[in-house]
Amino acid sequence: MATHSTDSSSSKIRQLSTYLYRRPKLVLGLLLGPPMFYMVVVYLGSLLSLLVNSFYYLDDFSGKVIHSFTLQTYAQLFTESNLRIFSRTLIMALCVTIADALIAFPLGYYMAKFASPRMKSFLYLAVLVPLWSSYLVRVYAWRLILAKEGILGWVISRIGLQPVLDWVLSNPDIGGPSIGLSVLGMFITFVYIWLPYMILPIQTALERVPKSLEEASSDLGAKPLQTFRSVILPLAFPGVIAGSIFTFSLTLGDYIVPQVLGNSKVVIGAAVYSHQGTAGNIPLAAAFTMGPIFIMLIYLLIARKMGAFDAL
Amino acid sequence: MSKPAAINFSNVSRHFGDLRAVDNISMEVHDGEFFSMLGPSGSGKTTSLRLIAGFDRPDSGKIQVYGEDVSDLPPYERPVNTVFQDYALFPHMTVSENIAYGLMIRRVSKAERAKRANEMLELVRLPGLGDRKPSQLSGGQRQRVALARALINQPKVLLLDEPLGALDLKLRQQMQIELKNIQQTIGITFIFVTHDQEEALTMSDRIAVFNHGRIEQIGTPAELYEHPISAFVAGFVGVSNFVGDEVARTIMGRPETGIPEMFTIRPEKIHIAEVDAKVDSDMYSAEGRIREVVYLGIYTRYIVALELGGELTVVEQNLNTTSMDALATRGKSVRLLWKREHIQSIKSNR
Repeated sequence: MATHSTDSSSSKIRQLSTYLYRRPKLVLGLLLGPPMFYMVVVYLGSLLSLLVNSFYYLDDFSGKVIHSFTLQTYAQLFTESNLRIFSRTLIMALCVTIADALIAFPLGYYMAKFASPRMKSFLYLAVLVPLWSSYLVRVYAWRLILAKEGILGWVISRIGLQPVLDWVLSNPDIGGPSIGLSVLGMFITFVYIWLPYMILPIQTALERVPKSLEEASSDLGAKPLQTFRSVILPLAFPGVIAGSIFTFSLTLGDYIVPQVLGNSKVVIGAAVYSHQGTAGNIPLAAAFTMGPIFIMLIYLLIARKMGAFDAL
Repeated sequence: MSKPAAINFSNVSRHFGDLRAVDNISMEVHDGEFFSMLGPSGSGKTTSLRLIAGFDRPDSGKIQVYGEDVSDLPPYERPVNTVFQDYALFPHMTVSENIAYGLMIRRVSKAERAKRANEMLELVRLPGLGDRKPSQLSGGQRQRVALARALINQPKVLLLDEPLGALDLKLRQQMQIELKNIQQTIGITFIFVTHDQEEALTMSDRIAVFNHGRIEQIGTPAELYEHPISAFVAGFVGVSNFVGDEVARTIMGRPETGIPEMFTIRPEKIHIAEVDAKVDSDMYSAEGRIREVVYLGIYTRYIVALELGGELTVVEQNLNTTSMDALATRGKSVRLLWKREHIQSIKSNR
C-alpha cells in the first residue's frame, strides 16, 4: 500500500512538471505575478497617489484638504523660503557626493589593484559591517562623537584648535552651537553613512580595468599621474556616477540626520516630514516629494548616458 | 667601435617565491634583428620580456638597452614599446586616439598627432578606420592598431608578447609575413615571444629556446633545427625521432662505453628502401616493419617499428605516390636509410 501511494504521488508531480514544462508562459506568469503585483500596486500605486495628492490643496481657513485639481500647491514651492530649502538640500547632496567620491576612490583603488585576497575580504567586511547595524544607532553614535562634550570636541580642544573650530562654527551657513548641531555635523554624518554605497561601485569599476591597460599606458611614456588621468579615471568614472546615484538620492531624501544633528535649517526631507505630520498639509508634502523625484529622474538620465548602469 | 647590442642581459634572475621564472640568464640581442624567445608556458620568456619593458624588475643582474643600464628605470623612461598579448587597447578612445596616445603624452600638437596616426594606419594597412572604437574592430585589426600604437613612438626595440596567439591560422600566417615586412621596412629590433615553434622559425633571424627559466640554446632557425644541442630543443623545434642507448649503439656500431648514448634524426631525413637495399658507407640503416601509415595529402607519415626495438617516424613527400600506394605499404618489411651527417648526438637530459 505504502509503495503504491508514493508511486501515485510521484506520478502526479511528474504530470504537473510535464504540464508546466509545456506552458512556459504560465510559468513566467506564476513567477512574475507576485513581484509585478507588488511593483505596480504597492510601489507605483503609492507614487501615483503622491502625484495625485500634490495637485490638491489645503484650505487655509478650514484646514481641510480640498480634492480638486489645482497648481497652487506647486506654486507654494517657489516661495523664497521653500526654494532655499531646495537649494540647501541640493548643495548638501552635492557636497556629500563629492566628499564620498574623494574618500572612496583611493580606498576602492587599493582594494581593486593592490590588496591581497585576505586584505580584500577584510576590507569588504569593514565596508559592509556598518550596514548591518541600524542606521539610527549610527546616527546617534555620531551625535555623541560630535557633541560639545564629545570625543571630537575634546581632541580639538586638546590639540589647541578650539579657536579654529569656534571660527568655523560661527559661520552662519555651516555653523551652529556645536559640531553636533550644525550643517557641518550633518555633512560629516552623511558622508560617513553613505560611504559604503560609493566604495563598492567604484571598486567594481576599477576591478574591471585590466592591468595591461595601465602597463600599456606606462609603456607608451605616461607617468603614473598621466596614466591615472587618461586611462584609469575615465574608465572608472561610470562607477563614480553609479555610486553618486546612491549618495546623492539618499542625502536628498533623508530627514533623520537633519533632525538629530542639524540646527534649525530645514532640508527637503524634514519639510516633507513636518508638512505631512504636524501641519497636516499632505498636498504640499506631496509636492515637496515630487521635487527630489524629478531631480533624480534627470540625474538618472544623465547617469545612464555616461554608462553608469554598466558599473552596478 | 661597433654599435652596442640592442639588448644585453647579464646574469639576470627573477624569482617568484620558490619559482625561478628567470634563472641567471645572459644573452645578447643584436641591433636590427628579429629575435624570438621561444618556449613552453612558464619557461620564463614572457617574464624576460616584461623585464625588458620594465613592468617587472630583476632580483639580480643587469639589463642594458643599447648600452644604457635600464634595470632601475620605470617603463615610461625606457626606449622600448610593447605589443600586448590581449592588445590592451584603450576602450574609451578611438583607434586614432589609441595610436596617437604616446604622442599625446609627449604633448605633440593635435594636427601633428592626426597626421602621424594616419601614417601609422597606412603602414599597418588600416586606412580610414581611425574614427572607430576598438570594440568595432576584428581581432586582426585590433592587432594592427596595437602594433601601430607601439611603433608611433619610434622605439629602439619593439617587444611583442605572443601577439598572434588569439588569431586563427590563416590570419596568423598572413600577419607573420606582414610583421616581418614591417620589421624590415623600419629596420628596428623586434623581440618576439611565442610558444609556436613554426611561427618562430618563419620570422626570426635568431631564436632563444627557453626552458625552466633558462635558455637552452640560441641560434638561427637552421642551427636550431639541424643542430639542436639538447633533447628539449630537438623535441620543441620541429618533430624529432629520439634513439637511445642500446639501439643507438647498435645502429652506429659503437662499443659499450658505459656512457649513455643518444641521437636524434628528423623524420624527413630518413629514406624508406627495400629490405635488401645497399647501404653506402656514409649511411646508417635499420630494419623494421611499417606499423602505421597516415596519409596527409602533401606527404605521408609512416611509423616504423624497428627490429632492434622502438619506433621511428618517417615522412615522405607524395611526389609520385598516391594514397592507395602509400596505404598499401602497411605491414611491409623495409630498410630505413639516412646519412650519417644527419644525426645529432645530444646530451640525454630528457
